Amino acid sequence: MNLGPHADFIVAAYAVTLFVVAALIAWVLLDYSAQRRILGDLEERGVTRRSRRKG
Amino acid sequence: MAVIDLANPTRFLRIVDRVLPWLIGATVFLLAVGLYRALNAPDDYQQGATVKIMFLHVPAAWFGMFGWALMSVAALGTLVWRHPLADVSGKAVAPIGAAFTFICLVTGSLWGRPTWGTYWVWDARLTSMLVLLLLYLGVLALYWTAEDPGRGARAAAILSLVGAVNLPIIKFSVDWWNTLHQPASVFRTGGSTIDPSLLTPLLIMALAFTLLFVTLHLAVMRNEILRRRIRSMRLMQAQEVHA
Repeated sequence: MNLGPHADFIVAAYAVTLFVVAALIAWVLLDYSAQRRILGDLEERGVTRRSRRKG
Repeated sequence: MAVIDLANPTRFLRIVDRVLPWLIGATVFLLAVGLYRALNAPDDYQQGATVKIMFLHVPAAWFGMFGWALMSVAALGTLVWRHPLADVSGKAVAPIGAAFTFICLVTGSLWGRPTWGTYWVWDARLTSMLVLLLLYLGVLALYWTAEDPGRGARAAAILSLVGAVNLPIIKFSVDWWNTLHQPASVFRTGGSTIDPSLLTPLLIMALAFTLLFVTLHLAVMRNEILRRRIRSMRLMQAQEVHA
């Protein structure tokens, strides 16, 4: 594949896109594991949601 | 299953957990096919290989704008119908839409330098797209800095509705004003002006970006529902301590 005289611009465009999308995915995954961990800690300490409480 | 059933966050989470792995698989597959087709597409007769930037720039622009349109619908859901998931959806879409708008601006700038001879001009299309990014940052600031999440959500919803005025300005800026940016070449009366050898990979990449957008949106919504659950549990715990 020959990217011609403006290869730097093409590579930079793809690199920036890859970086931004990867950062977004990493943020989503880290946030998910953080929320699950906090929720697990609360449930372990016996804290429950109102909808889960009996009577 | 009725659409109204999705208003229940617990049911929504169950559905998301079930569909997310399939969506991730389909997104990865379509992105791989799209990138392969994009990188092996023929050069444009005028722009040469720089046309490869189009396969990222155009779908990013579409989804930067679509994100705001979705936020506006969610804003109506928050302010008018008070749908329990509307604000969750609006808040979740803001960082994704901002990221796509940022990609659109940066790739456009990198495409502009070899094509136009400049990274940036203050023409109507580029400026209105920059305004969209600034509006996204404004909404994110309202969501992330508000002490009372309810007030932050209402303020963000109002800004989402007001900011929707910018969408037709972006779309028609190339028709209403004299711009360095080219007029519409895909969705236009009379059909696309792009050669099928370039249009096909562009549409595959657009489909891949659609799946990426939907996957990320559902995943961020799931995180937001869990965050709100944690907040309500902590509030209940605090109330019990003080009782």
